[in-house]
Amino acid sequence: MRLSFKIEGGDFTQAGQASSEVKKVLKQLGIDAKTIKNIVIALYEAEVNIVAHAYRGTIDVEIDDKKITIRLTDEGPGIPDIEMAMKEGFSTASKKVREMGFGAGMGLPNIKKNTDLMDIKSTVGVGTELIMVNYF
Amino acid sequence: MKLAEIAGILEAKIVCGEQFANDEIRYGFSSDLMSDVLTLDAENMLLITGLSNVQAVRTAEMSDIKYIAFVRNKKASDEILELAIENGMVILESPFSLFKASGLLYHAGLKPIY
Repeated sequence: MRLSFKIEGGDFTQAGQASSEVKKVLKQLGIDAKTIKNIVIALYEAEVNIVAHAYRGTIDVEIDDKKITIRLTDEGPGIPDIEMAMKEGFSTASKKVREMGFGAGMGLPNIKKNTDLMDIKSTVGVGTELIMVNYF
Repeated sequence: MKLAEIAGILEAKIVCGEQFANDEIRYGFSSDLMSDVLTLDAENMLLITGLSNVQAVRTAEMSDIKYIAFVRNKKASDEILELAIENGMVILESPFSLFKASGLLYHAGLKPIY
């Protein structure tokens, strides 16, 4: 099964809609609750990251009988130092993002914690690609 | 602790999910920072927050948190209520500060996550 979502940067009213849709699909597929929680928390963090930092992005989801693979690509400023961004507490989020309850520098570490595989590539001035895999 | 009892202690109005008034809730967590809420691994928990925006409800949805108490007299917007109803959640509105609400509930026996 494949699902695809377009994400607009800066539009916090829509942030989480894609994650919510994926959660509903996983529930319908009968995936266990703990695995669903891990997947949607990682996806929601990543979706919020696109809204908070990028101009626009795409989420592509592929589900088979053993795993879910989620690829998030965005057009945005990119991440100059991924190692630094992976450290808890490091954040470049704006005041607006912080007012929404995010931007504490917990996102990427929390994605890593909630996924079985995580790969992130970024080019400054172009954008970021994040791939996350969870096994059922 | 029953939800109805929590509402009484917080002098809170149950603005959505009144049918769950007899639910038993074991844990409480107070935060305006949704990034922290997303790191929790707990069930049967009340989120106490002054952040009354859609992202608070979205965060609760992703974290399988069914109960939210808005403090500091924050009100749930129509959009928040719609999302909460869709997800079978309970929303309380309390006039108390985050500190007072947390203190009263802790004193009454609601357990901390850590």
